[in-house]
Amino acid sequence: MRFAVIQFPGSNCDQDCVHALQVLGQEARLVWHQETKIDPEEGVILPGGFSYGDYLRCGAIARFSPIMPAVKAAAGRGQVVVGICNGFQILCEAGLLPGALTRNEGLHFRCEKAYLRVETPASRFTSHYVTGETLTIPIAHGEGCYRASPEILQELEAQQRVLFRYCNAEGQVVPEANPNGSSHNIAGICNAGRNVLGMMPHPERCCEAEMGGTDGRGILLGAAGIGRKI
Amino acid sequence: MKMKAIVTVTLKPSILDPQGEAVAHALQNMGVKGVQSVRIGKHIELEIEGGEEKALRAKLEEISRELLSNPVMENFHLDLRAGG
Repeated sequence: MRFAVIQFPGSNCDQDCVHALQVLGQEARLVWHQETKIDPEEGVILPGGFSYGDYLRCGAIARFSPIMPAVKAAAGRGQVVVGICNGFQILCEAGLLPGALTRNEGLHFRCEKAYLRVETPASRFTSHYVTGETLTIPIAHGEGCYRASPEILQELEAQQRVLFRYCNAEGQVVPEANPNGSSHNIAGICNAGRNVLGMMPHPERCCEAEMGGTDGRGILLGAAGIGRKI
Repeated sequence: MKMKAIVTVTLKPSILDPQGEAVAHALQNMGVKGVQSVRIGKHIELEIEGGEEKALRAKLEEISRELLSNPVMENFHLDLRAGG
């Protein structure tokens, strides 16, 4: 499958996403934020970084980039849209995912490996995993504390739209394993149509053994519509 | 006529403000007593070509809601006054 990796001024994981997708046998092209077209059969990746220097709020200005109407239209047509880290923040600002990401509760920028519990295999992004499986995926963010109204949180839980939660090495979802104070230990969610994923951890950084792990492969392969090999 | 709009963006009371807490902690270390809490927000000034006030205010509220604040976690207050 081909992916459009959107480059905003200040994106810095765009090349990593292209590389990871190519390693996984997928096609990827960089799309500058001033462009306005996304092909109807492409997937879309909003990569990590600091779009527009994180001015005003993370993702607030990127939301008004010329490419964003095309991203919204693609999401509306059911195309795959994945927002990683800053991309997750942009998707929330753009209203493609509910809630918001605020300053980490402990104020620190957290750059480390995080353990994630897969909450459900019922999405293309988690189809390679089983419920309760523990993944090790790097995080690197200062504003990844997920917040939403109690009603929204309830809706996300009821519809099994929380795909990943921060957990400890044993797979237990406990407060101590929460690196940023996110409500319900949320690390990644999807939209109601289950074609839009937002997550703070970086699956593109762990797709090759040389990079210290391959737990992110299933997420990107799943996004590309490739099922698990049995 | 030139007008000035001052938009104050604050975190909703239900949202934890770790920056404010860090400043409150620093005040304690400074020896300042009696500060109950600190909340940090944003002060944004816009200079605008004035027009009919009701329409202008409506436009500024839209700007504040759509871009300057995020209604999920922030409130805003709009102050519109004459002068640049």
